[in-house]
Amino acid sequence: MTFGAIRGLALASVTGIAGLLGSAAHAVEIEYWQYFYDARVEAMNQLIEKFQAANPDITVKMSHFPYADYRTKVASAIPAGEGPDVVQLFYGWLNDYKEAQLIQPLPADTFPADKIDSEFFPMVSAMRDGDQYWALPTAVRSLALFYNERLFDEAGIESPPETLDELIEVARKLTKKDGAGNLTQVGITAGMTAQDHHWWREGLVRQFGGDPYKDDYQTVNYDTEAGLAALNYYTSLFMGDDAVTATTFMDEPQAAFKAGRAGMHIDGSFRIGSLADIRGLKWGVTELPAGPDGTRSNYSSYWVNAITTKAEGEKYDAAVKFMEYLTSDEAMQLWLEVVGELPAKPSVGMTDKNANDPVFGPFIRGLEYAHTTKFADESGQRQVLVEMVERMQLQGVSAEESLATAAKAEQKLLDDYYGK
Amino acid sequence: MYRNLTIKQKQIVWAWAFLAIPVVFYSVIRFYPTGNAILISFQNWNLLGDRTWAGLDNYIKLFNDPVFWKVFANTFIYLLLGTPISLVISFVIAYHLDQLRFMHGFLRMLYFLPFMTSAVAMAWVWRWFYQPVPTGLFNNMLANLGIGQIEFLNSTTNALPAVLAPAVWAGLGFQIIIFMAGLRAIPKSYYEAARIDGVGWWTILWEITLPLLKPTIVFIVVFSSIGFLRIFDHVFNMTTNNPGGPLNATKPLVLMIYESAFTKFDMGYAAAQTVVLFLVLLVVSLLQLRILRDK
Repeated sequence: MTFGAIRGLALASVTGIAGLLGSAAHAVEIEYWQYFYDARVEAMNQLIEKFQAANPDITVKMSHFPYADYRTKVASAIPAGEGPDVVQLFYGWLNDYKEAQLIQPLPADTFPADKIDSEFFPMVSAMRDGDQYWALPTAVRSLALFYNERLFDEAGIESPPETLDELIEVARKLTKKDGAGNLTQVGITAGMTAQDHHWWREGLVRQFGGDPYKDDYQTVNYDTEAGLAALNYYTSLFMGDDAVTATTFMDEPQAAFKAGRAGMHIDGSFRIGSLADIRGLKWGVTELPAGPDGTRSNYSSYWVNAITTKAEGEKYDAAVKFMEYLTSDEAMQLWLEVVGELPAKPSVGMTDKNANDPVFGPFIRGLEYAHTTKFADESGQRQVLVEMVERMQLQGVSAEESLATAAKAEQKLLDDYYGK
Repeated sequence: MYRNLTIKQKQIVWAWAFLAIPVVFYSVIRFYPTGNAILISFQNWNLLGDRTWAGLDNYIKLFNDPVFWKVFANTFIYLLLGTPISLVISFVIAYHLDQLRFMHGFLRMLYFLPFMTSAVAMAWVWRWFYQPVPTGLFNNMLANLGIGQIEFLNSTTNALPAVLAPAVWAGLGFQIIIFMAGLRAIPKSYYEAARIDGVGWWTILWEITLPLLKPTIVFIVVFSSIGFLRIFDHVFNMTTNNPGGPLNATKPLVLMIYESAFTKFDMGYAAAQTVVLFLVLLVVSLLQLRILRDK
């Protein structure tokens, strides 16, 4: 037997005994499930450790699954009375989980809805239904404008653009073409398939004076003057002779930015980690540029934790305590440091240190004016916007017509989903 | 009780005892899920809640879905382009390779290599080949020659053939090997007799080689047809940003099934599409077997 094996055995027996002792002291064990992502698992391990130290009578067992299997596992386990007491889910799935009776609302005495409204960033209210909250995030994500500092220096640009007009001006200076007029470096990346559909929906449409949806995101409302202005602005980046980008440039927007062939790039806070590892790429971040009248707007998405219908009795009480800890300031700060995702409360996010952080700051400041789209079918709704642009690019359809078609197609998706 | 059986009956008992494993395997792994899929196609299910009865709703939705008809047409374009092209190319290569002695094994290996390569890896490499400048190989070559750019993947007309090309190329190796086996199986004496009679190569090809290759051709046609009707990995990996795009120009039925099931979680609708695919495969295979069978 190798030393490692002996040590493993010893450790196992020690934890076994600890487990026995624990149960003697009437310990409750609850299960927590999330999908597998290294940093998230690591952060959750640290949180569980701290939570258990503060609550010795509760143990939390974490299981994680590959993202691809996650939904099916959760769906089959909970109705069978197995699986998690506290579960992590994407905010866009809330409705499905609610309707399938996989989760239960958070108790109103510990999580009063009005208190949450005042403590969390505004977009978290998407998790509220009537007087109850169904789920709460520890961390949130938002969009910001990444820029390549080397290319900025080279083009003699001193500061990143503050407005949409400046964005085009700056992008123009950063664009390079070969003799035949083919783009070899783009001013800004573009592509509805990446994050641009969020930027267009919650950013541009609102900045041009519109409101992309009505009736709690059940009615499409961007087939308007504002929507058209937003679409024209967006497509002017890559259509026409003075295009500053191409939607197909280097296959993927983030690839072009990573390769140093794009001056600017709009992406989510989750991109920070992968950009930090790129050698030779010097980049900065700034808030999304303001609209013609100075309006700023952003998009935020998040993963939430919720208590499942499986948790009852003392497990339910333990799950409530765990949820309280997961939404505490301490947990949010830890999550920011370990995972790089933004705190869901201004009390943590808007501290001087966090809000002025050169990297996280622009994202966190963006949260104050961020909106969360309540998607019925995120990929389907993204596809609608992808095709809106493709019709204009590939089939020469006018902006007005393409916008109207898109609005109709998305409305149909929403109607099907909400059973209208 | 076993003792009272006749020898014949005992043989039957033993035969079934040995058949039990494949029978159980087939019923659990094949027939049960197939039956279940057909059942789900008449239900609504989002993987989370209960299944609810939907009657023919999923089929009616399918019939009225313009994307489905576009995808249905795409699937047949893959079939109608892919099968004949790959059949002709692989026959021509096999025919000549069969007569070649110099470096025969090496060349055969070269043709077979793409078949062994992971479709995912290959699709990504071709995806990069097809990019515009500055990354794309083909467009960089065109740019060096001073020829204008070709939009391979970002085009509603070019994208499908562009996606199909590596799929055809990948399947060639297998078909060439099968054709060569078929060519070798034709008795030499027929060719000798033909040569003694002074017949030209065209007549030999048309009157001897092709008719005797018929079983091989039937096999390859049926096999590659099923392959092209089920095309998925090449399309998905070459268009992951916008699966089956642009504007559904490359989307095959299997990709639509995948999206309905695992991004929209509409299992009933996906199952209905699967049933349609099953029927299409069945009809196409039966038709081909009937048409190509010996008259």
